[in-house]
Amino acid sequence: MNGHQKRVLDLLNENCRIPLEQMAVMLGMDIQEVAGIIDTLEKDGIILSYRPIINWDKAERNMVEAMIEVKVTPQRDFGFDAVARRINNFEEVRGLYLMSGTYDLLIQVAAPTLKELAQFVSERLSPLETVTGTSTSFVLKRYKQDGVVFDRQEEDRRLSVSP
Amino acid sequence: MSSRFVNPAIAAVPPSAIRRFFDIAGTMKDVISLGVGEPDFVTPFAVRNTAIDSLLDGETQYTTNAGILPLREEIVHYLQTRFEVSYVPDSEVLVTVGASEAIDIALRVLVRPGDEVLIPEPCYISYQACTRFALGVPVNVPTHAQNNFELLPEDLEARITPQSRVLVLSYPSNPTGAVMPGERLERIAELAIRHDLFVVCDEIYAELCYDGFRQPSIASLPGMRERSMVVSGFSKAFAMTGFRLGYLCAPAEIVRACARIHQYTIMCASRQSQVAAWNALRQGRETDYAEVSRMRESYDRRRRLMVKAFNEMGLPCFEPKGAFYAFPDIRHTGLNSEQFCERLLKEQHVVCVPGSAFGPSGEGHIRCCYATATDSLLVAFERIKAFLAGL
Repeated sequence: MNGHQKRVLDLLNENCRIPLEQMAVMLGMDIQEVAGIIDTLEKDGIILSYRPIINWDKAERNMVEAMIEVKVTPQRDFGFDAVARRINNFEEVRGLYLMSGTYDLLIQVAAPTLKELAQFVSERLSPLETVTGTSTSFVLKRYKQDGVVFDRQEEDRRLSVSP
Repeated sequence: MSSRFVNPAIAAVPPSAIRRFFDIAGTMKDVISLGVGEPDFVTPFAVRNTAIDSLLDGETQYTTNAGILPLREEIVHYLQTRFEVSYVPDSEVLVTVGASEAIDIALRVLVRPGDEVLIPEPCYISYQACTRFALGVPVNVPTHAQNNFELLPEDLEARITPQSRVLVLSYPSNPTGAVMPGERLERIAELAIRHDLFVVCDEIYAELCYDGFRQPSIASLPGMRERSMVVSGFSKAFAMTGFRLGYLCAPAEIVRACARIHQYTIMCASRQSQVAAWNALRQGRETDYAEVSRMRESYDRRRRLMVKAFNEMGLPCFEPKGAFYAFPDIRHTGLNSEQFCERLLKEQHVVCVPGSAFGPSGEGHIRCCYATATDSLLVAFERIKAFLAGL
């Protein structure tokens, strides 16, 4: 990754809706150069997607979310990556991480109702032959996600005029 | 009438011209301020946490007058590695309450009644006032947009008299964003040596330079160390304005004299601010100043945006290479800078600071701070465009 790519990524990571033209001005590059860098970052699989961070509570779409700690027994020729590929396929799974510590995989799941989420755990996840144990914790409130704090008014505490 | 009790020498110093705009802006909602003079970043968390830990540990006592030694050692290391100037932590560093205190006591130490202090302007508002508090005579040295607001040696030399004693040099400049390239600085140094001037070098914005420029310190030039003082602080590059922490570095005799005023008037800077600043420098040293770089990069993006916007809306704006201000030219509107800012504030609720607040050569310009959220900047540009269209 070169310096220009890093600068483009930093800016996109702050706000990926800035028009290309404005990005070019802010980075001191020309538009074609910025477009080319973004193209490369996408092709190389460095940028995977552009998505907003949504406060679903305010959007009045109720979802039940949980974090599931999973213990698995990786078998010969069937390591963690293969287990992860199986779990990835479930549409309820929003996030999946291999963890250090007392369990192996952390699954972030979301479902419209508690019943559907429970069904996911009991009927889809637990029966997998490599899964030896699960521990489900429900998300009660979201305070911060991807560095964005929820329910906080950004306020400028500075004096409006100072020397 | 109690005014007869006020020392006429103090009464003669006018209040800062920017105060009035603050009062007007305070009565309005929906104001976008480009009138600030501080970062829009909160002090990095680790640095804030150092101050919290210090309080929790019960560090609530005075420190030595000069400031805690570990901080002075870090300051010396920082100046050595970043700006190639060398000082001795024990005797050549004084930690002050902001760079502001350093400027005040420096001028009180250096200026005898009637001495002339050469001040390139437009400049930060306190040099003239502090000179007058010290019963010195401020002598403005104009700088101009056509020279990128650099100080020209001939302009300086034309104002040197037998009474000239001190030159205050402040680059990168508040309000213009100008910097001083090394070769021009060398010619200023030659003049200082030839005319036996002492240079107070306010380097508070030294870290905030763009396009690969690095502002050299005049104190690093041959023959200048003995006649220079480096004044700086943590407010700008380290986003620590409210901590009120600065420092001055100079030969021991000068620092000793400054410390005399400091010990009687201030005693010492806040201990929590000192430990926080110590950690800011220590972490900077260990991370190659990653936080400073992150903030500088963010200012730089907005700098480009603002300069382009002003030029496109017909307010010619020279490209500032330092600090976080743009200083566009508003002369063709037919308004003076104070009228422009007052009407812009009243009609479009955007605060800018009239260039005239920073000295007569600032007239015809306005100071606009780009350390403001990008979205707010874009709205401010639209409002200024609307204002110009309505003139």
